[in-house]
Amino acid sequence: MRTRLVILFGLVLTFAACRPDMENQPKAKPLSESDFFSNQANARPIPPHTVERGGARENAAFYTGLTNGTYITQLPVKLTPELLARGQERFNAICAECHDRTGSGNGMVVQRGFPQPPSFHVDRLRNAPIGHFFDVITKGYGVMYPYATRVEPEDRWAIAAYIRALQLSHDIKGSELTPGEQQKLENKQ
Amino acid sequence: MAQLFPKSANVHARVTILGLVVLICGAGWATSTIYWSPYTTEVDVPLQQPIPFSHKHHVTDDGIDCRYCHTSVEKSSFAGIPPTETCMTCHSQIWTDAPVLASLRESMATGKPLKWVRVNDLAGYVYFNHSMHVAKGIGCSNCHGRIDQMPLTRKAQTLYMRWCLDCHENPQKFIRPRDKVFDMAWQSPSNQLEQGQNLVSQYHVDTTGHLTNCSTCHR
Ligand code: HEC
Ligand code: HEC
Ligand code: HEC
Ligand code: HEC
Ligand code: HEC
Ligand code: HEC
Repeated sequence: MRTRLVILFGLVLTFAACRPDMENQPKAKPLSESDFFSNQANARPIPPHTVERGGARENAAFYTGLTNGTYITQLPVKLTPELLARGQERFNAICAECHDRTGSGNGMVVQRGFPQPPSFHVDRLRNAPIGHFFDVITKGYGVMYPYATRVEPEDRWAIAAYIRALQLSHDIKGSELTPGEQQKLENKQ
Repeated sequence: MAQLFPKSANVHARVTILGLVVLICGAGWATSTIYWSPYTTEVDVPLQQPIPFSHKHHVTDDGIDCRYCHTSVEKSSFAGIPPTETCMTCHSQIWTDAPVLASLRESMATGKPLKWVRVNDLAGYVYFNHSMHVAKGIGCSNCHGRIDQMPLTRKAQTLYMRWCLDCHENPQKFIRPRDKVFDMAWQSPSNQLEQGQNLVSQYHVDTTGHLTNCSTCHR
């Protein structure tokens, strides 16, 4: 009896150290490796022409920045302080690496050798319709890769609106400011 | 009748008892040392990756935001590891011939993803969700340490259940303002408890015991 107990106790101890079954469950996690699909990734690429639920994208202006092949000149969403704040946060996180927080085009990665993008504060881009900025983010431009998979349409408009705000902020005469703002500027200098 | 035990038996008995105590304590100490050592917890042990990717260079020296690469961290359960295309956004133009990036270019050409080795890997029976933590003012550095200073990515915490619970029991000790979630250098201020208490009620963090309920993490 006693020997059996000892053996049982020993077995319990042995198996107490084995736990991979529950730890590595045979389920597919988002980034896990697959031995089924040919590119060995469990996460599948979205097949072309897939339409997500609620994603008919009937509002062409909102999803492409174009109407009848020309860029739209009006923001297709409501301009609010929240939208601009969101645009600022996204721009600083995703675009400023190259374009710099001021839009000068001299970001950190450019200083490390990436081709320099044009400044946003040149007449061509100041006069560009807002749809152009949306389109550049969606499809890329020259050596700049597209950001459609990384920035959602709502955020693309927020960024476009913020770029407009950046441009205005760099293209304003001192005399156009309110006396209060002029005072603030004096104090800063 | 002669004495059954010689006098020295007293000494033997004492030594045996003492020895046993030392042995048991020693075994306990050895077990806990091994249990908490980097050998078991894998904390601070850099792993061999297909490309020696440096957060220090990309985040601190090049000023790239976490969200540039870990795009889904705010809106989904997983933070996501950047696809090859994201690396190529920059490396199609810079370091284009670097031998360290050979496997990156090969991955781009063949469409086979790079096989990054997981650094933080929870057991399959634990449910975790990034967006919920990020939305409630828990910063990356609370759980991942100073990633921005790591030349090679390593785990900063044990990820043991006790560790999760330490925070779930007292979130006010760790919570920070939402706009500081991506601030790697953030340190808790001297009035952390007071400020934390305010943030907990401001962000409606659950204080009813749901956070320590087994089925919150084991579902
Ligand atoms: C990796 C560096 C990099 C990042 C990140 C980047 N860009 Fe660019 N961008 C460039 C370069 C380089 C050009 C110039 C491309 C050319 O002319 O070939 C450019 C051009 C542009 C232009 C000007 C197009 C024109 O008409 O001349 C706009 C607008 C723009 N980018 C917006 C953005 C926005 C918005 C983001 C963030 C979502 C962003 N970029 C992120 C590198 C970058
Ligand atoms: C240039 C792209 C890039 C940026 C920017 C970046 N990461 Fe990463 N990150 C990666 C890659 C690639 C890996 C996988 C390789 C590795 O583990 O080193 C990774 C891995 C990680 C891991 C470990 C993942 C695991 O296997 O458990 C953590 C945690 C992490 N990053 C956090 C951050 C944080 C926090 C920031 C912002 C301070 C950040 N990353 C910025 C590309 C990036
Ligand atoms: C936004 C631009 C950008 C992105 C995206 C990017 N890198 Fe880099 N990478 C750089 C720059 C700039 C350098 C030069 C670093 C320096 O000199 O400080 C660099 C250098 C490197 C180096 C060699 C130097 C080092 O840090 O050891 C490796 C390896 C590397 N990157 C891997 C990657 C991988 C893998 C990815 C994708 C997860 C990636 N990079 C994404 C900009 C980028
Ligand atoms: C409450 C703790 C906690 C916080 C806060 C946190 N992480 Fe994580 N992170 C984890 C855990 C735990 C894992 C492992 C998840 C798994 O194994 O399923 C992980 C995994 C990761 C991974 C690997 C890929 C993945 O999605 O599993 C990356 C990348 C990452 N975290 C980045 C970040 C970034 C960036 C932030 C800040 C915005 C952040 N984490 C905030 C705990 C945290
Ligand atoms: C530094 C603090 C901290 C750490 C560490 C932490 N958590 Fe959390 N966790 C929170 C906070 C705060 C919330 C949000 C609670 C709320 O929404 O009321 C949360 C929420 C969650 C939720 C969602 C709860 C729900 O609402 O259903 C899960 C699941 C979770 N945590 C799992 C984990 C796991 C697993 C770990 C360990 C790997 C962990 N957490 C580590 C602070 C933390
Ligand atoms: C905050 C999230 C969280 C909660 C709440 C939680 N657990 Fe866990 N649990 C974990 C994590 C993370 C692990 C993985 C530990 C590891 O990998 O070593 C774990 C592991 C375990 C294990 C495996 C043994 C081990 O330590 O490896 C058991 C059993 C367990 N939990 C039971 C429970 C029970 C019972 C409750 C309720 C009283 C509970 N857990 C509540 C996160 C949680």
